[in-house]
Amino acid sequence: MGRYVIRRLLQMIPVFIGATLLIFLMVNVMGDPIAGLCGDKQCDPATAAQLRQEYNLDKPVWQQYLTYMGKVFTGDFGTAFNGQPVTELMASSFPVTIRLTVVAILFEIVIGISLGVVTGLRRGRPVDTGVLLLTLVVISVPTFVTGLLLQLLLGVEWGWIRPSVSPDATFGELIVPGLVLASVSLAYVTRLTRTSIAENRRSDYVRTAVAKGLPRRRVITRHLLRNSLIPVITFIGTDIGALMGGAIVTERIFNIHGVGFQLYQGIVRQNTQTVVGFVTILVLVFLVANLLVDLLYAVLDPRIRYA
Amino acid sequence: MRGATHARWAACATVVALATAGCGGGGGDGGGGNAGVLSSSWGDPQNPLEPANTNEVQGGKVLDMIFRGLKRYDAKTGAAQNMLAEKIDTPDSQNFTITVKDGWKFSNGEAVTAKSFVDAWNYGASLKNKQKNAYFFGYIEGYDKVHPSSGAQSADTLSGLKATGTDTFTVKLNQKFSTFPDTLGYAAFSPLPSAFFSDHAAWLQKPVGNGPYTVDSYTKGSQLSLRKWDAYPGQDKARNDGVDLKVYTDNNTAYTDLLAGNLDLVDDVPAAQLKNAKSDLGGRYINTPAGIIQTIAFPFYDKKWDSSGAQKVRQGLSMAINRKQITDTIFQKTRTPASDWTSPVLGKDGGFQDGLCGASCEYDPAKAKQLVQEGGGLPGGQVKLTYNADTGSHKEWIDAVCNSINNALSNDKACVGNPVGTFADFRKQIDQHKMPGPFRAGWQMDYPLIQNFLQPLYYTNASSNDGKWSNKDFDKLVDRANAETDRAKAVQLFQQAEGVVRDNMAAIPLWYQNGSAGYSERLSDVALNQFSVPVYNEIKVS
Repeated sequence: MGRYVIRRLLQMIPVFIGATLLIFLMVNVMGDPIAGLCGDKQCDPATAAQLRQEYNLDKPVWQQYLTYMGKVFTGDFGTAFNGQPVTELMASSFPVTIRLTVVAILFEIVIGISLGVVTGLRRGRPVDTGVLLLTLVVISVPTFVTGLLLQLLLGVEWGWIRPSVSPDATFGELIVPGLVLASVSLAYVTRLTRTSIAENRRSDYVRTAVAKGLPRRRVITRHLLRNSLIPVITFIGTDIGALMGGAIVTERIFNIHGVGFQLYQGIVRQNTQTVVGFVTILVLVFLVANLLVDLLYAVLDPRIRYA
Repeated sequence: MRGATHARWAACATVVALATAGCGGGGGDGGGGNAGVLSSSWGDPQNPLEPANTNEVQGGKVLDMIFRGLKRYDAKTGAAQNMLAEKIDTPDSQNFTITVKDGWKFSNGEAVTAKSFVDAWNYGASLKNKQKNAYFFGYIEGYDKVHPSSGAQSADTLSGLKATGTDTFTVKLNQKFSTFPDTLGYAAFSPLPSAFFSDHAAWLQKPVGNGPYTVDSYTKGSQLSLRKWDAYPGQDKARNDGVDLKVYTDNNTAYTDLLAGNLDLVDDVPAAQLKNAKSDLGGRYINTPAGIIQTIAFPFYDKKWDSSGAQKVRQGLSMAINRKQITDTIFQKTRTPASDWTSPVLGKDGGFQDGLCGASCEYDPAKAKQLVQEGGGLPGGQVKLTYNADTGSHKEWIDAVCNSINNALSNDKACVGNPVGTFADFRKQIDQHKMPGPFRAGWQMDYPLIQNFLQPLYYTNASSNDGKWSNKDFDKLVDRANAETDRAKAVQLFQQAEGVVRDNMAAIPLWYQNGSAGYSERLSDVALNQFSVPVYNEIKVS
C-alpha cells in the first residue's frame, strides 16, 4: 500500500509539469496582457516596458516558464495586476470554494445515493419512474438556468434567501448555490447508484446473505450498497476537481468570491500568474482526489489490494 | 476513511476561524444593517488604488470619495471649480503659481501643503513607479528626464515643479496650455500624505486621503467600507454615514440584489435589464449623459484610407449608419446619436456643439451611396470593422452598423465585422498599426474639457491617435487654442479645429454614451457625474 502511494505520487510529477506547461503556453498564446491595462488608450510605451519587465513578459516563453516554476517551488506564485500576491488571492478564495464544494458533495452523497438506493430497489415502480424523469429534467436543464431561476424565485419573489452570498460565504448561505452546483452531478449519482444496485441485487453474495437470514437492512447497507458504490465513488471523486474548477457559472450567479471568480477575472485580464497558479492548484486537487478514490476502492471491496 | 473525516473537520474549523478573523472589525453589513450607510455595487479595481495608477471607473469611484484635488468638476455643469486651490495664477499660460488653501488636512491629521502635491506629482511621473497615468504629467517641464520614452530616467523629480512655500508651488510647462488649471480636477493630480511614501504597503491596505470619506476596512476583492469623516474641512461633507462598496462579478446579480432589497445602489444597470429597469424600479432609475463617445476610427497609416477620395468614402459610410435606429433598439436609448466629436456633458460653454457634424452624420442612404461611388468605392471592396468580442457586447451594434451600411450601399458584402478574441489583443493590434480597416474606438474623457476630446485623439502623433491621422491645420488651431488665455476664445478655436476633423471625417462619430443607475427606496438625491460615477457624498439615506 505504502509503495503504491509513493508510486502514484511520483507519477504526479510529470502530470503536474505537463499540465502547468500547457496552461502557461495557452495563456501566453492569448497575447500581450499589458496592452489591455490602459482602457481604450495606448499604454505609454515607457510604462508598458517597465511593467513587462516586472512580470518577466519581455523574456522568451521558456525562460518565463522556468522562472515561474522556480518561484512556485519556493511558494511564490507571483503577483496579480492589481498588486496582490496570488497566494493572497488563493487564501481568500479557496476556503470559500472548498466550502461550496463540501456542500455540493454532501448533497450528492446524501440525496443522490439515497434516491439511487430507493429507485434501485424498486425498479419499475412509480417512484423509480418519477425519479428517473426528474433526473432527466435536471440533467437537461443547464446550470445557469437552474441557478437564475432559483435565485429569482427564492431570492426576489419569495424572499427566502439573499440572492447573493456575502463575502464571508458561510455554510448556511451556500446551501442553495451548493444545490445548484450539485444538481447535475446529483442526477448522475442517482442514476449510477440505481443501475449498480439493481445489477448487484441479483448477484450471488446478496442471495447468500438473504439465505443466511440477515436482516434486510444489513443486507442492503453492508453487502449490496458497499459493493455498488465503487462506480459512484469514482464519479464523485473526479467530480470534486470538476466542481472546484467548474463553479465559475454558479459563483458568478450568486456572486461568490471563490476560485471561479478569480479564474474568470484572471482570464479576462489575461493575468498569467493568477490563471496558472489557480489551475496548478486545481490540477493538484484533481490528482489527489483521484488517488484517494483509488485507495477507497480497497476499503469498499476487500478483493482489491494494492501491493 | 476515519482519518479523512477528521482532516475534513479540522479543515472546516480552520476555515471558519479564518472567516471570522477576516470579518472581525468590519462595519455594518449594508442592506438595512447600519442606518445611515448605503451599499453600492462595485467591481474589483484593475490596478492598485493609487491616484496616478487608477485609470478605470471602479478604482476612480473610491478615489473620488477619499480624495479632493486642487479643482473639482461640478457634478451638473462639469465646470472646474477651486477646491483646495486658493488661486492659480499665470502670466503667460506656461508658468503657473498655485496657492493651496489653508486648513485642509488628511484624515490622519497631516496638513495638506504644497509639498503634498509636489511629492505626489513627482511620484506619479517617475518611470520607476510604473504609474499608468504618468502621461498626465507630460506637460510639465522635465517630464522627458523622469519618464524617457526609452532607457533609464536621468532625474527623479520634475524640474518644472517647485514648492516655493508651505502653501505655494510653481509649475512650469513645456508648452503653452491655457486650460491646464482645469485639468487639475483629475484624480491623478491628488495630493498624497507622507505615509504614502514612508509605508507604501500599509497605505495600499488602507488608503488615507483628504476627501469626505475615510476607509474603514478594505477586504480586497470583496468589500470596501467607507465611513463619513466627521472632521472633513470641505464644504461638500457627506450627507450619509458611509458607503459599503461590494464587489459583484456580474452586474446582473447586483441588479437582482437591488430588486430583492439587499443592495441600495447599482451604477451599471445590465444591458439585458434596460428594458425592464423603468417598470422594475419606478422613478428610481437614472439615465444621464456621461463623457464617453463611441466612434469608428480609420487606419490612416494604410494608403488606401489616406487617399484623396477616401475622405468622401468616410463621409459616405458615416451617412450610411442609421444611428437613431441602433441607439433606440439595441441600446434602449441609453446612448444618444452623436452629432459632433465631443460630449454633451461639456455644455455649450465648454465647447459641445449639437449638430456640428451637420448632414454628414444624418442617415441618408442615397447620398451615402453616391459619396462612396464618387470617392472611388470602398478601399479593397469591403469594410472590415474590427472590434474586441470579449467585453462590452460590441458584436450586436457592430453587426447593426454593418447591416445599415450594407442596406444603404445595396451590397451584402460592403461591411463585415472582424472580431478579435480579447481586448488586450485588440489593443495590441491597434498599437502595432495592423488594423485591416476601420475599427471600434471609444473615448472616455479624463476631464470635462473640449481639449481632452480632440488633442489626444487627432493631434499629430498624440498618445491616443490610434489611426495616425495628421493634419497641419488641425494642429495649428489646437496650438493656438492652447496658447489662448481667454477661455471662451480657446473653446472657439478648439471648435474650429473640430471643424477640420469634420471636413476630413477623421473618425465617424457614432453616439454619446449615458451612465445609468438604479437605487432603492431608502435613497434620495442620487445623481451621476460626467464620469458616470454616483455623487456619493450628496446621497441621502432615510
